[in-house]
Amino acid sequence: MRDEMLKDIISEENLVYKKTDLMTDNVLSYCPGCGHGTAHRIIMEVVDEMGLQEETIGIAPVGCSVLAYEFMNIDMQQAAHGRAPALATGIKKTWPEKFVFTYQGDGDLAAIGTAETLHACNRGENILIVFINNGIYGMTGGQMAPTTLSGMKTSTTPFGRDTALMGNPLKITELVAELPGTQFVTRQAVHTPAAVRKAKKAIKKSIELQRSGNSGTTFVEIVSNCNSGWKLPPVQANKWMVENMFPFYPLGDIKVNGELVK
Amino acid sequence: MGELKLMKGNEAIAEAAIRAGVDAYFGYPITPQSEVIEYLSSQKPEERTGMVLLQAESEVASINMVYGAAGSGKKVMTTSSSPGISLMQEGLSYIAGAELPCVVANVVRGGPGLGTIQPSQADYFQATKGGGHGDYKLIVLAPASVQEMADFIPLAFDLAFKYRNPALILSDGMIGQMMEKVELFDQVPRRTEEEIKKTCPWATTGKPKTRERNIITSLYLDPGTQEQHNYKLQKKYRKMEEDEIRYEKIECDDAEYLFVAYGSSARIAQKAIQLGRKKGMKIGLLRPITLYPFPVPQIREMIPRLKGILSVEMSAGQMIEDVRLAVGDKIPAEHFGRLGGIIHSPTEILEALEQKIIGG
Amino acid sequence: MAKVKGAVIVDTERCKGCEVCIDACPTDVLAMSKEVNSKGYHYSFMANPDACIGCANCAIVCPDGVITVYKKKLDQ
Repeated sequence: MRDEMLKDIISEENLVYKKTDLMTDNVLSYCPGCGHGTAHRIIMEVVDEMGLQEETIGIAPVGCSVLAYEFMNIDMQQAAHGRAPALATGIKKTWPEKFVFTYQGDGDLAAIGTAETLHACNRGENILIVFINNGIYGMTGGQMAPTTLSGMKTSTTPFGRDTALMGNPLKITELVAELPGTQFVTRQAVHTPAAVRKAKKAIKKSIELQRSGNSGTTFVEIVSNCNSGWKLPPVQANKWMVENMFPFYPLGDIKVNGELVK
Repeated sequence: MGELKLMKGNEAIAEAAIRAGVDAYFGYPITPQSEVIEYLSSQKPEERTGMVLLQAESEVASINMVYGAAGSGKKVMTTSSSPGISLMQEGLSYIAGAELPCVVANVVRGGPGLGTIQPSQADYFQATKGGGHGDYKLIVLAPASVQEMADFIPLAFDLAFKYRNPALILSDGMIGQMMEKVELFDQVPRRTEEEIKKTCPWATTGKPKTRERNIITSLYLDPGTQEQHNYKLQKKYRKMEEDEIRYEKIECDDAEYLFVAYGSSARIAQKAIQLGRKKGMKIGLLRPITLYPFPVPQIREMIPRLKGILSVEMSAGQMIEDVRLAVGDKIPAEHFGRLGGIIHSPTEILEALEQKIIGG
Repeated sequence: MAKVKGAVIVDTERCKGCEVCIDACPTDVLAMSKEVNSKGYHYSFMANPDACIGCANCAIVCPDGVITVYKKKLDQ
């Protein structure tokens, strides 16, 4: 009886959600529960929904998402560590009609690539920067990132980040929001269905702004988990993120239409 | 006959870039080559041809902007001088690994470190042996005149696109700053986007339904795949060594002694030849135009008629290693050079020949 | 009155067993299987299919995009 009912429901006309074809069939190289996969998917969903596959050029960073081009079914370039905004500048300046975005982690964007990030934003390059912030270097095994919280334990701060020695966690998103070149700056997450929907809206808004030729950089931070680096099971990692990351990195729009949100 | 102008070498690079139909120039000022970006800025290239001109925040950013645009099939270049070129080595390694065509000009100054702003040829190793990490080569062209500064821009792009490999124009502060008469080639139109998509089917120009996605990367995590990629690169370099050696021979027919010198040193060596020939010494010059690929067979072919070779360069002895690899121990091959930004005089070159080769 | 009835299909071979979908399900449909897939992961499955309303929350938060969701209005 139950099987028959399921058979009745599971048919093409009743489909409500399916992975977009703009994600390839390659198995994601990310750890179980990692937010990267969701972040990849929502970008590709928006590109798909807006019919922009042929107009899109993405840049993969160095970090866990170094292989992003294996998963997104679009033309992509892989950048040296931190240099994605420079690549994006080179592409967007010479192909101004294309939708160009970078996908970068916190080490890539806010440590080694700080200069490229700030100057691309300051020039107001009409690109989208997607910034995944999990407060840790995931790929190299969980070392301190520029965004590691004060007191947070990582493999290079095993007794907690000592800000007197190692500096303070860098709120680079607030920093780029101060620059006249950015037009839309927001901080999102992908740990709950509601958060994913909001983050997707922010991506869509950014792409629409870029497509409208509205000059200025759009910057979407996604605060995400690192289960392996944080040494927590995925669901607990998300809980830890809500309790520890969000108070320091509060979600919401930081700059809209070129104006800081009060 | 093309338009004649009196120009600095650096200006000739810039004017040639516009005329060659280059799509974008990304650069960062550094002495002794800032005239390149200054001249381009004065020319409003965006109006002349639609060429993009951007002063980047660093040489690191410049070369990576080049990477991005080159990866999307555009004809793109940057220029710098020694310390700036050192900063670009990371990007150049990636560009070579990802097999992207682009042109970089190094107007060399004395080093190491911040060094001096005077001309030098001490970046030869960096230019011809790869320069950054990994097994790769740049195509290296060495202009010896302002005319060649202009002419080597389209040549460098032709070679870069032919081999999908970065090409380096290795000049120096003397050629960059000196003024000479130049005959400029006519304007070449920039390629249309359709032409780019057709001629660069590998480029990231946006994925249509009709092809697989294009990926520009130098990452091959699987060592077997990485080795195959390296073999592919090596095969390309062997092909360059077969087909792309360029050189000039001056007064070589009866020469018993040979100067090997490139760029500025080749100009001065020519005067030394004149002085020597007045004294009855039969000296010739082999001027490598491509430093990589190096004219090894051309040097070898001359060995039976020679008594000795003097490699003349403004360095402590870098090209001499390639000369010796070509010569072996068949005849004496020595180095003479001034360091740190000092240009040798013809007299001291001749004296070096007399002391190190003829007297030695 | 029409009743909404949902169902999900989990690509069990690609599921990494992170349990984020279980946490996101408002009607406690999903659970982890006792069996493992060929990578040794326990995978998500509909333990309580009658409760599924086809809201797609599970699929939306699934990092690996392994969940496909169907929904149908059933006549009572």
